[in-house]
Amino acid sequence: MHGGRALPYLLIAPATFFLAVLFLVPLAQTVALAFQADGAWSFANFSTMADDLNFHDAVVNSFRLVAVAVPVQFCLALGMAMMLRHVRRGRDILLWIWSIPLGVSDLAAGVVWLAILTDHGYLNSVLFHLGVIDEPTSWLTYETPVALFFAVAVAEIWRATAIVLLILVAGVQVLPKEYGEAAAVFGASPWRGFVSVTLPLLKPSIQTALILRTVLAFEAFAVVLAIGGNNFPVLVSEAYHWQHFNQDTGVAAAYAMVVMVISIAATLVYLAVLRTPPGQRA
Amino acid sequence: MKRRTFCASSAGLLALPLTLGRGSRAAEATVFMSTQLRPVEAAQAMRTVILKDYHGSVDFVPDQPAALIVRMEAEAETNKHTVSLLAGVHGELQPLAPKGILMPLDDVAAALKDRGFAPDLMDLGKFGTSQQLFIPWMQATYIMVANKKALPYLPAGADINALSYAQLGAWAADVQKATGKRLLGFPAGPTGLMHRFFEGFLLPSYTGGVVTTFRSADAVTAWTEFAALWKTVNPNSTNYNFMQEPLLTGDVWIAFDHVARVIDALTKQPDDFVAFPAPAGPKGRGWMPVLVGLCIPKGAPDVAGAKALIDYLTRPEVQIATARVAGFFPVTNAPLPPDLNPGLKLAVAAIQRTGAAKDGIAALLPVGLGDKSGEFDKIFLDTFQRVVLRGQAPRAAVDLEGAALAKLMSDTGAPCWRPDPPSQGACVVK
Repeated sequence: MHGGRALPYLLIAPATFFLAVLFLVPLAQTVALAFQADGAWSFANFSTMADDLNFHDAVVNSFRLVAVAVPVQFCLALGMAMMLRHVRRGRDILLWIWSIPLGVSDLAAGVVWLAILTDHGYLNSVLFHLGVIDEPTSWLTYETPVALFFAVAVAEIWRATAIVLLILVAGVQVLPKEYGEAAAVFGASPWRGFVSVTLPLLKPSIQTALILRTVLAFEAFAVVLAIGGNNFPVLVSEAYHWQHFNQDTGVAAAYAMVVMVISIAATLVYLAVLRTPPGQRA
Repeated sequence: MKRRTFCASSAGLLALPLTLGRGSRAAEATVFMSTQLRPVEAAQAMRTVILKDYHGSVDFVPDQPAALIVRMEAEAETNKHTVSLLAGVHGELQPLAPKGILMPLDDVAAALKDRGFAPDLMDLGKFGTSQQLFIPWMQATYIMVANKKALPYLPAGADINALSYAQLGAWAADVQKATGKRLLGFPAGPTGLMHRFFEGFLLPSYTGGVVTTFRSADAVTAWTEFAALWKTVNPNSTNYNFMQEPLLTGDVWIAFDHVARVIDALTKQPDDFVAFPAPAGPKGRGWMPVLVGLCIPKGAPDVAGAKALIDYLTRPEVQIATARVAGFFPVTNAPLPPDLNPGLKLAVAAIQRTGAAKDGIAALLPVGLGDKSGEFDKIFLDTFQRVVLRGQAPRAAVDLEGAALAKLMSDTGAPCWRPDPPSQGACVVK
């Protein structure tokens, strides 16, 4: 069956071709842009980037956002996935409602949260009607960095928890029931069963979810730009600024390199820390 | 917008050969090439409204600035002239002056003396030479708009049409004292035009220059006093892009912005707002005209027609018609008709007062920076960020950013533009 052996490769050939053309080629071009200035190879773009006023803030903000959003999203999604296990009726509807934010575009999500949190937004109106505040309060200015960070984090958590949830739900569905039942027979409490049986079995799904979510959180852009504007620079919004306003593609490409290196590093860390030996796979 | 521009230029390309054919037979239509009013509606308004009462026949040909420059250079080199009149922003047409392509128009300027051109604008039309090469046609600029609720707090003896930065600060501070809110606003959001405030208003007012004086002691004073003024500024200013929005919601009572970005507030609620020129500093009243003017190329096929058109376009009633349909404002002291939209009237009056101010220092849009203009703006915004928002020492900040500016100027080789004195070669940060 000569043709049969080639068939899988033929089937994945279009996808591979498109990935190569639409991903690898631009990647190579970005690397070339980042390491070239005035037609010669150099680190000039990186030194411009590192010397820039916003670079430090952008790095700190990006890491802070990931450090807060990803663990919160993970815990929320894990809790939701566990609860869904025990829902008998309406499970599909619930899952569907929980994944609505996935269908909303990043920018739309940012604008929705802006409409809630701005001076004349819904939050201020509600607080005003409840008599909590006497006049609209500004949450999103450079003078209120904590509230601003909180606003960006909440919007990002709202927008992207569903992707973690869906991956975990898929993982939970294929878990064999026997392990949990065996633990119960030996007298394990539900919590003990969750920690010692369910979590280790879920490790491959958790790894996938965390890698995906962390990489995407480092690429957060539209939500951050809509809510934070210039007051909350992150790595990708700086790349956009250098490309769009400062018209310096080299520095923008340098930022893209930084985001890529961080993403690869984060992926490697997750791969190493959450490694599942073949024998333990469910 | 892009597509419309494309259509407009294609229409121009189609129109030009037709014109050439006719022109060779008889010089009936005057070819009028313009980098402005390019969108189809604007070009149509030009042909059907603004030029309606002109006795001669005109072919209005809008095109991209780069295309216009190339065309004029080609016509001059080959000595085959088709275009009789040019219109463009000051900085767009300036490169034609040193190439000797433009015809001196001192006689035209003298004949139009009674039109009441703002002297500063007329002077810009010399492009730094001793001859008049460019006649102002229409303009836009940046103005201040205030809610009438703020007027009772104007400092005693202050003339709202001739404010100083100190008076603006005292005014905003009194408003804050009375209301408990910071109600002065600037467009410092992501797509706001805050950099133009520094390049065209604050620094020229305090230092008399922009680039050459960037590191001067006067510049340090400017930043120090602006940081003090900022204490009365609504902190949402770093989110504002168009000041008409916070003006209309009442979040801001006193605002600075481009006239096109406050005009909605003025036309929607003309009874609630006043418009007036930006403040003056120790060196004068820095302001940034966006000036569109008219030039005649040397060797133009229809010089008489071009001069007649210049005369026509600067007539008071045509200036007002232009303001109505094109969103550009008079460069002369054209009297405003009673039926003019009251909001438009407020804007026109503020712009006329700005141009006519005796202490005015016109600061041009940056010229010759090419694709570095974004980084040029960033230097001013970063200095603002450092001194005003992060509280760094002004001296250290202007030294640091001044070094970046010096490098940018030497990289681009851009000569100084007004109000900096003309330079041989790249403009130098002193």
